[in-house]
Amino acid sequence: MTETRDTTQASTGELQTIVAARLLTDARSVFIGVGRPSTAALLARMVHNPDLVLVYESGTIGAKPYRIPLSIGDGELAETADTVVSVPEMFNYWIGTGRVQVAFLGAAQVDRHGNLNSTVIGDYGHPRTRLPGAGGAPEIASFCQEVVVIAPHSPRTFVERLDFRTTVGFGDADGDRDRLGFTGAGPTAVVTDLGVLTPEPVGGDGARELTLTQLQPGVEVDQVREATGWDLRVTDEVRTTPPATDEELAALRELVNR
Amino acid sequence: MAEITTLPDAIAQLVHDGDSLALEGFTHLIPFAAGHEVLRQRRTELELIRMTPDILYDQMIGTGAARRLVFSYGGNPGVGSLHRFRDAIEHDWPRPIEIEEHSHAGMANRYAAGAARMPFAVMRGYAGTDLRERTEVKEIVCPFTGEKLAAVPALRPDVSIVHAQEADREGNVQLWGIPGVQKEAVLCADRSLVTVERIVDTLEPRPGGVVIPGWVIDAVAEAPGGSLPSYAAGITARDNDFYRFWDKLSRDRDEFTAWMNDHVLETTTR
Repeated sequence: MTETRDTTQASTGELQTIVAARLLTDARSVFIGVGRPSTAALLARMVHNPDLVLVYESGTIGAKPYRIPLSIGDGELAETADTVVSVPEMFNYWIGTGRVQVAFLGAAQVDRHGNLNSTVIGDYGHPRTRLPGAGGAPEIASFCQEVVVIAPHSPRTFVERLDFRTTVGFGDADGDRDRLGFTGAGPTAVVTDLGVLTPEPVGGDGARELTLTQLQPGVEVDQVREATGWDLRVTDEVRTTPPATDEELAALRELVNR
Repeated sequence: MAEITTLPDAIAQLVHDGDSLALEGFTHLIPFAAGHEVLRQRRTELELIRMTPDILYDQMIGTGAARRLVFSYGGNPGVGSLHRFRDAIEHDWPRPIEIEEHSHAGMANRYAAGAARMPFAVMRGYAGTDLRERTEVKEIVCPFTGEKLAAVPALRPDVSIVHAQEADREGNVQLWGIPGVQKEAVLCADRSLVTVERIVDTLEPRPGGVVIPGWVIDAVAEAPGGSLPSYAAGITARDNDFYRFWDKLSRDRDEFTAWMNDHVLETTTR
């Protein structure tokens, strides 16, 4: 990947966004924060699913932004929304009830069970790096019907042990989500710039672990193993992610340049 | 009934050293002008409460006005870190700060409970997270179904301040666009101030408009542009460039201090 980039092909970051957008092809609604998740959801509305309902935690439901918003509270989100609700209503009536289908979440650390850290790196009382904190993530991940995690693939992000568990994926063991009273299915995919991890059964007791099931074109399995802080499981037949179509790439670049 | 007054007089009357102070506005309608006036009047030892500290609390923390912070997301929205918030927690600069952090759902429910004058709120949340050990949340059992739920204590700040588009001459307030937790913040506090873009003869009903009657507000002060670099829907636009600029400026303690002196502390209220 050191050679001069062929700009007719998607970069790894672009393909990451495109893969995330494809996951929304049949979704009714998606909960999104800013950054790559928002870009992916807007792209999905342009290319795959024009009726997709975008929900931002600022209270805008059914927002139809033309431009990628910088913040979750940009004016265009409220102006184009089907309805705008207060924050207590957003979490109690819309998130907590499981009315939103897919949630896109990011994190500073992800473990093999899809648990997420967005609070601190290091000790909580004396952190090396203080991160923003939970925001809406714990309840979003508990109650939205499914969660897609979008993160850059590196050993700093994909860690053996989280410094802080901000948000529960599958907890420590199979059945934890049920025991904790969660109604959503939890993480169904982790989309990175190298490939896609999905939770697959390990052993016979139904426990699941994030497993490499898809590679971006040109990426080797060993590259992903090196970028993962735990001994990564790899499915027997790893698929290669279909490359970006001309339509996807043109739409993404047009969107980013608006 | 709300007294219509000036921003400096309202802050002088309502905000005291050591108060717990909530300045709300979820990305939209953040009361920057009021927060800056609190700093100009050198209020100190404050407990600052806000779901998303944003640049305003970064400024208030960086100038040392806060002894404690209650929050749920301390980032520069869409940009990255709040560097003064981080420096205070990571390096105790300019002073150590105590923190209490929640999830957004927790904070929103705490405000709603405060507005209802209930001692706590019941919700589904925090389960399985490390936050449970680090914050004010307890398990409670539903007396009807036996379900285990989370209880979070009501927020009852000494003072809440929010910004809105308009007030009439009786001090009735209307805000529209993203409503955040502003109504809850006003109703949960002992004392409240609403700054507004403009005072009008008659409030014209707006789609999605939230009206807060003047008789539950202590003071209303006109502060045109008072939520910039946040915004007031229909009147001002969010200054996204400033949010990016702040990311660079606020990394350096001296540059931050100089900027605050020049642009906030040694200025007078517009």
